[in-house]
Parts: sequence; C-alpha cells; structure tokens
Amino acid sequence: MIEVENVHFSYPNGVEALKGVSLTIRNGEFVAIMGQNGAGKTTLVKHFNGLLKPSEGKVRVDGVETTKTSVAALARNAGFVFQNPDHQLFSETVEDEVAFALKNFGFEAEVIEQRITWALNLLSLTQYRKTSPFLLSGGERKRVALASVLAWNPNTLILDEPTIGQDYQQKEKLRQFVVQMQTQGKTVVIVTHDVEFVAESNPRVVLMKEGTIVADGEGREILTTPEVLAQSSIVLPQIAQIFMKLAPLGLPKNVIDVYDAKEIILKALEERRK
Amino acid sequence: MVLIETKNLTYTYPGVSKPSISDVSIKVEKGEFVLITGPSGCGKTTLCRCFNGLIPHFYQGELKGEITVADMDTTKHQTHEMAKSVGLVFQNPENQLFALSIEKDVAFGLENLGVPREEMWERVEWALKLTGIYDLRERSPHEVSGGQQQRVAIAAVLAMRPEIIVLDEPTSFLDPLSAEKIFEVIHELNKKLGITVVLVEHRLDLTAKYADHIIIMDEGKVCFDGDPREILSAEETRLIGVGIPKATLLYQILKKEGINLNNLTPLSSEELAKMLLEAFETHD
Repeated sequence: MIEVENVHFSYPNGVEALKGVSLTIRNGEFVAIMGQNGAGKTTLVKHFNGLLKPSEGKVRVDGVETTKTSVAALARNAGFVFQNPDHQLFSETVEDEVAFALKNFGFEAEVIEQRITWALNLLSLTQYRKTSPFLLSGGERKRVALASVLAWNPNTLILDEPTIGQDYQQKEKLRQFVVQMQTQGKTVVIVTHDVEFVAESNPRVVLMKEGTIVADGEGREILTTPEVLAQSSIVLPQIAQIFMKLAPLGLPKNVIDVYDAKEIILKALEERRK
Repeated sequence: MVLIETKNLTYTYPGVSKPSISDVSIKVEKGEFVLITGPSGCGKTTLCRCFNGLIPHFYQGELKGEITVADMDTTKHQTHEMAKSVGLVFQNPENQLFALSIEKDVAFGLENLGVPREEMWERVEWALKLTGIYDLRERSPHEVSGGQQQRVAIAAVLAMRPEIIVLDEPTSFLDPLSAEKIFEVIHELNKKLGITVVLVEHRLDLTAKYADHIIIMDEGKVCFDGDPREILSAEETRLIGVGIPKATLLYQILKKEGINLNNLTPLSSEELAKMLLEAFETHD
C-alpha cells in the first residue's frame, strides 16, 4: 500500500512541483496518473520508491515512511521504469542489462538465467538477447528497460509513459500483462497521456493539474467528463467523442469501449425500428 | 511532382546481418501528407534516416538501391545540403537540443545557412509562435518539460522553411491536447504552405484524419501503400498489428452487424458520429 499524505515537493531551483497531494493506492490496484506536461505526475511517482522525498508531508510504502529507509530497500519492492529508456540503459547487451539488477539483488545464477529468459520472452525481445540495446528502435529499448525491471518481480510496478513508441500489439501485451500482475495481487501505477490505452484498460484514473489532484475515480467516468479533462489537457477517447456528439439521441455518454459502443448503438437502433 | 522516390532501397546497420529495411520502393508527391506506420522495429525510423542522408553519411552500414529526395541523390549530397530541403524531427527531442537558450537552438540552423540577421529573427519568431513557445524563448531547452522540448525541436526545423518535414513520432512526449495542437500546426503547414509532410506514428487515432497517403511497413518491407480509407478498412491491416482508429474499428464492427452506414470509411470520430446521426434519422 502506498499512502501519500499532504505532500509538497519543491525542486532545488525553487519550482514547487507538488502542492499538497494526498492519495492512497491499495495493493493490487491499477492506477493511471494523467495530466498535462509539468503537472507533477513524474514527481509524484518518484516519491513511491523514494527517489524523491517530500519537502513537506509524508509518503508511506507498506507502512514504512520513505524518509526512514533507503532507495535501495524501497526499490526491491517498487520497480520504476523511466519515461526515457536511455536514462536507464547502459549495458553492452540486452541480456546484461536485464541481469544487472538481478545480480545486485543477489539472485543465484540459475535464477538469473530463468528470469532473463522469462522477461525477454514476455516482451518479445528474445531475438535481441545478445544485441546492444543501442542498436534497437525506440520502442524496443523501452521494452528492454521494462524487462530489466520486471525480471526482479517487484510488488509494485511504476511505469512512466510505458506506451510511448509502442505499437498496438505491444500495448495489447502490456495491458494483458498488467491484468496478470493484478491477479497476482501486484500494484501497477502508470503515468500516461495515452487516453486510448487507458480507455481500453479502464483503470482508476488520478488526474493532476499544476501539482494537485483534480479528479480521482473510475476511468470510464473521468474520461467522459470533458470539463474535468480540459483543465488537464487531456482529450476524450475517440469512442467518448462519438457518444458526446450522439447526445441528441439520448444515448449514455459514459462509453469508452468499442464493444460497449457497438451494443448500445445496436440496441438503440433496434428500439427505433419498433 | 515526385519529391521523394526510393527504388529497392535496402539498408543494413554496421555489425548487423539482417537489413533493417529491404526492397523499399515508394513515391511521395509534393504537397502530400504521408503517414508511415507499422509495428515497433519495422524499419520506419530507419527509412526516415535515409530521407535526409543521415543514412548512409552518419550511420554508414550498407545502403543498396536508389533514393532521390528533392532532386538530390542522398548518397551523393551531404546531410548539411539535404538539411535545406528536408527537416527531420526525432522521436526524442533531447537528442536534438544543445544550445543555451531555446531561441538560439531554433536559430542555429539558420546561422549555419548564413541567413541574414533580420530575416533570421523573423523566421525564429514565426516558428516559436507557431509552436507556442515564444514566451519560453530565453529559457534553456534543458529546463523545460519533455513536451516543450519537442516543440523546440519542431520550431528549429520549421525555421529552416524546408520543402519536406519528416517527423518521427513527434508528439510521443506531449499531453494529448498539446499533441493535437502540434498535429494541427503540421496540418496547417501542409495545407497552407504546401510543405510536404512525412509523419511516422503509431497513434492513428490522432493522425489518420490528416493523411492523404499511408504507408504501412512490417519487418523492413512496405506491405501497404496508398489511400488511408482503403487501407485502414482492410482486415489485413489489423492483422499485422496496426492500431486503426477506434472510429474506423467501430464502423467496421457495425457494418458486420448489418448496420447500413455511408460507404466512405471514417477516419475520425466526427466522421463516424455524422454517419450514425444520419443512420438514426433514417430510422425515425
């Protein structure tokens, strides 16, 4: 469980990135943190594994205050994948990259081998095992960064913009993976701008603006409320846009899923025919 | 007039055995808005690097086949010559920015071209205003957000007034509203100034509606090349893992259910909503 209590945070240059944020994320939750560039999303999630410590207020991870423990101890439980994979990758081969943290955490050679194989397979990277990460495409490098964190199997996974540069199939895999993590009782927090990805997964959405939380609730409700979204520079998902325009027909507005949309339209047409 | 033409273009990065693009033969007409898409690692970025001569001049490796961009054989003209005609905006803006202020970063290319001072500031101001970063011009490009950095990179290319702008997932780091604004700017440059746009994107929900030509790649090869409405309505497109716009997908699903909609495949929510409103009217 992650408990954030009235947290303020200022960077050394004086910019106040968080202005009193309170939030509780329970184990096994899937949360999408959304909002405009510079809203404080990344700053907030960096508090979840102790990379940043609050200037004011408290952050507790599984009951332990982050100021009272080390990043190394917190990292074992909370894996963080950065927005830009190049901030994270440094090894000669993809395999070494994934092995790095596992070695640091003191896993046995045999386990390391198994974990590497598992993580690379999961993210369709097996063929690049011996390749330098820097020869891979942007989307592939992003997956290497993800694989290197997944490999040590943390309880909480924090993904900063995981869908950037990913094609539709990879996003689909990521989504299935998140579902799988949840069935194992793991917590997944993503920072994202990708409304379509969120619309397809329907997680809890936390909407931020200028260092504060402006909305917190079910994705389907938040992503279909234009007044709330507009203040965070988020646009409606395409299906929601369509239903907004169909409002004169008296159809529901809170629709974000293509297949839900199909059912509603078919039913409404059927009723008209009668 | 054909502005970009490749014939059987095949390229292999140094030290790699498998080509990243193979046998690519495409044509881009002047004034077109071309969308290049395909699964991650399909060779989209590699192809873009050929358009301004980064391949083969910077990346070396082995380039086979023919490529002509703005009447220049890119293998014979250096990247700085190509830069006057072709502007490239990368996936990751940090790789592109280096000056002490945003304004200087945007002016850099023009200084190199020897553009007169007066005109230089005019163009820089124009590009900064178009991309909405005029107020940030004296800040360092490294202290602004990722989204703002991407706008700086786009402004720097715009200031060169190139004939062709090649953008490789230019809005990945932007919030959706800013992304939409950038795409609108690009669309406007295309429509009003006639600048040819080559846009590499996965997110067709945001971009398909602007395209008048789409190229889909898979495993280094071109597998579809033509009209966006035709190509995105083909079943095969979905099978290779292209995320077609949700409006297009919903249209296909409804058609399969026997709902009689307009025959023109929609590429945006506006288009589909209009069709649905019409369909409901006819049932009243």
